Amino acid sequence: MDSAQQPSRRPVTNLARRWAQAIGGISYVSLNRRELRGFLDDLTARLSAAVRAPELDLAMVREIGASMVHGHFTITPALERTLELLGDEMANSDSDTVRGRCLPVLSAFAAGYADALHARTLAEQQRITVAAIAAQRDAELAHRTSENRFKALFSDAAIGISIGTVQGQILEVNRAMCEMFGYSRDEFITHGVTEFVHPHDADETWDLYGQLTDGTRDHFRVEKPFYRADGSMIWTDLVVSLLRDDDGAPKYMVAMMEDITERHELHARLRHQALHDPLTGLPNRTMFQERLEVAVRGGRVGLCYLDLDGFKAINDTVGHATGDEVLIEIGNRLTARLGSAHLVSRIGGDEFVVLVEDWTDPDAAVTVAREALAAVHEPLWLNRRSLTVSASAGVVDMPSADTTVGELMKAADTTLYRAKSEGRNRWALFDADRHAQDVTRYELATALPTALAEGQLFLRYQPLVRLRDEKLVGVEALVRWQHPTLGRLGPNDFISVAESTGVIYSLGLWVLRTACEQAVAWREKFPDQPLVISVNLAPYQVREAQLIDDVRRLIAETGVDPAYLQLELTESAIMASSGEPLDTLRALAGLGLRIAIDDFGTGYSNLAYLRSLPVSSLKLAGPFVTNLHAGADSDPQDQAVVGTLISLAHSLGLTVTAEGVETRAQLETLRLLDCDTAQGFLYARPAPPQTIEDWLVTGQ
Amino acid sequence: MDRPSWVPGGVDIEQPSVARVYDYYLGGSHNFEADRQFAERVIAAVPDMRWVISENRSFLRRAVRFMVSEGIDQFVDLGSGIPTVGNVHEVVASLNPRGRVVYIDHDPVAVAHSRAILNGNPNTAVIAGDLRSPKAVLANPELQRLVDLSRPVGVLLNAVLHFVPDDDEAGAIVAAVTDNVAAGSYVAISHASADQMRDGAHRTESLYNQSVAAMAMRSRAQVAALFGGSPLVDPGVVQIPLWRPESLDDLSEQAERYPGYAGVARIG
Repeated sequence: MDSAQQPSRRPVTNLARRWAQAIGGISYVSLNRRELRGFLDDLTARLSAAVRAPELDLAMVREIGASMVHGHFTITPALERTLELLGDEMANSDSDTVRGRCLPVLSAFAAGYADALHARTLAEQQRITVAAIAAQRDAELAHRTSENRFKALFSDAAIGISIGTVQGQILEVNRAMCEMFGYSRDEFITHGVTEFVHPHDADETWDLYGQLTDGTRDHFRVEKPFYRADGSMIWTDLVVSLLRDDDGAPKYMVAMMEDITERHELHARLRHQALHDPLTGLPNRTMFQERLEVAVRGGRVGLCYLDLDGFKAINDTVGHATGDEVLIEIGNRLTARLGSAHLVSRIGGDEFVVLVEDWTDPDAAVTVAREALAAVHEPLWLNRRSLTVSASAGVVDMPSADTTVGELMKAADTTLYRAKSEGRNRWALFDADRHAQDVTRYELATALPTALAEGQLFLRYQPLVRLRDEKLVGVEALVRWQHPTLGRLGPNDFISVAESTGVIYSLGLWVLRTACEQAVAWREKFPDQPLVISVNLAPYQVREAQLIDDVRRLIAETGVDPAYLQLELTESAIMASSGEPLDTLRALAGLGLRIAIDDFGTGYSNLAYLRSLPVSSLKLAGPFVTNLHAGADSDPQDQAVVGTLISLAHSLGLTVTAEGVETRAQLETLRLLDCDTAQGFLYARPAPPQTIEDWLVTGQ
Repeated sequence: MDRPSWVPGGVDIEQPSVARVYDYYLGGSHNFEADRQFAERVIAAVPDMRWVISENRSFLRRAVRFMVSEGIDQFVDLGSGIPTVGNVHEVVASLNPRGRVVYIDHDPVAVAHSRAILNGNPNTAVIAGDLRSPKAVLANPELQRLVDLSRPVGVLLNAVLHFVPDDDEAGAIVAAVTDNVAAGSYVAISHASADQMRDGAHRTESLYNQSVAAMAMRSRAQVAALFGGSPLVDPGVVQIPLWRPESLDDLSEQAERYPGYAGVARIG
């Protein structure tokens, strides 16, 4: 290097620094300041060499201009500032050569820059365009791939898929859909969606469809039936979705459906089974109750509750298999006669209910009952034998506003019970008062055992007076019930109830025991005034085989003297007894106690029979005594009857007690007619033990 | 309306794209007329836009260099845009030839361009993906071929989160990243702000919102909040030119006017 170059090194370095300052903030370069300095140092050096070369190296200058572009100084202000700087530097050079070369150098520099920038721009534009095309192609390919995927999904799907317009035109259906409906694709798309209405469509189906078409809903799901091309029916699980366009407006509808006909039929069968009796095929209790609830909402309820009479006996006689056939046949008959207008159901073993559902005939409930019983009563031919069955029915017909389902069934129940107890093979109509009575009776019956255990029952004693000398010779023990809410109840209120539930047995024994204990107590207190204690016996008790043992034990345990113990049985009960009950009576007599016939003269007495009964006394029924109230002025015939009865009794060796003696006139007449003892209000009402004791003490 | 994911977006060169407009700011020609016209409107609002953008790019380079110096040898650039000058893989390769970089962008042209450029480079991959679904991106098998998520990775969210205006969504993106990378990883975020050049910044925001993409500026506190509590490397969240400048010489007196913040956080 010559000395002329050396001093210019400082200016060169200086130039690079100034150059860096001039262009450093203009373009982005991936160089930091130091690196930029290095880059420009190099350019400056090369430029300086080119400018000062003996032969001006414009090619090099152009290259250097291009280097700026390669170095990413692509914004034209970078060129401007560079040219200003270089121009200034060269114009103020102390070298004539350099000064003289200023313009060509700047031109070459600018030309090199421009060419490089031009080339670069074109190259970048090409690259970006190619990239854009490639991207577009990729997008289309992806779109086509997804389209192809969708097409495959669509056509091969196992569920039926269809696509249609919002207006309801069907645009496309897949193979599964065609097979489901039995249409070819081309046939299918000639139909509109609204042609697929079916009478069994759920109510909301077409509402939901409407919401889809006007865009207020995006999808819905229903179970919907369709008619196939051949007219047969399929059930489908249907989902319809709305597809919107880019602006959110409804564009297409896609329906996907699965054939659920089998499942549907299965459900229908199960539901049927749940509501029908398997033996007879009739609606069962569940279905009956559902319909009863509907009827209750309807205003008027009529039902006929039917029970076959003695069905258990039938089953025992002909066998259960035939018994089942009876039920089936009865079910068929009832349905044939009544099923078209009303609901015939089987709700229990031999229990049927017909629910009136057609009130064209205002007396439908009764008509139904008549028809039902008639249907039952026609002879049945089963297994080559003829069988006749009868039924009892309770009929209820009332405004439903007054009642509930539970009360209706209770009413039907008690009415049926009444039909049974009035003799069977008949229908009985619900009577509100009777029902109330029945309900009360039922409640009493269920309360009795507890009442007995809790000591709500007690005895009263009615004096039996010897007419000859008006001496107290005995008492009749009568049971009372101090009911917690109903007050004091007498035997009429609950004895028959007790008989119907069988609690009469233990009730009767309790009465007997209490009376005996009382008798024993009196005997001890008044040993020389023994009283006969008379206790009522119920027919039910007499039918119980263990009565003898219980009474024997009772006599032993209480220590009562059987000679002073009398059991009263009503005339009708005694006259009806034969076989075992009669044996029981004989056995009771054999224990040493007396038996009296109560209410004598009110039944049909078999007088010859009377002789052979183990009876020692008759109690004359109240009506006979009543007729004697006028005393001597009574109808002679009445007197004669009474007198004859008394004679008859005496000739058979029986004593006679008159019941219900209320007047002295009656009393006198009875005395004249030679009656032995009397009982009645004239002497005393049934009284507590104390009253009897007082009498024993005072003689009054 | 969201386009269902199985239908890819089309390419519309008459619609300015973020990536191509960014390329124009940097003096590139990888853009079309619509991109250039849009960019000029922004430059009219913010005359120093080119400087703003180039400083942002410089930060990217500095952040990558820092991460490499911390031992990171694999990078995920979310929202990488068009490969212009000073790409991440170039910076990484200059320091560690075995470093790997995966670029992700949802602009199909940017992806195609990047693929064309990087064709044959075994240490890079370009994936079409949306940074709004970072978990899906990280689970992409192509990404996992190059990046082993059981080892520390550098994740770059450079100038992208201001295109996610919803704070919860932006925070969730960062959280999904931090939750799915190994301890010892780093996350770099740079973000535009209207704290400086307020009028220009808001005008820019409007222009982008109208024509290009939904955009929202954030304050320093909001940008710091995006890191979700991960510890920040010194100097924390600062104006972009002030983040670890390479030398004091590199700092221009304009630095405090810079409308944007950056930070790098260490995960785990």
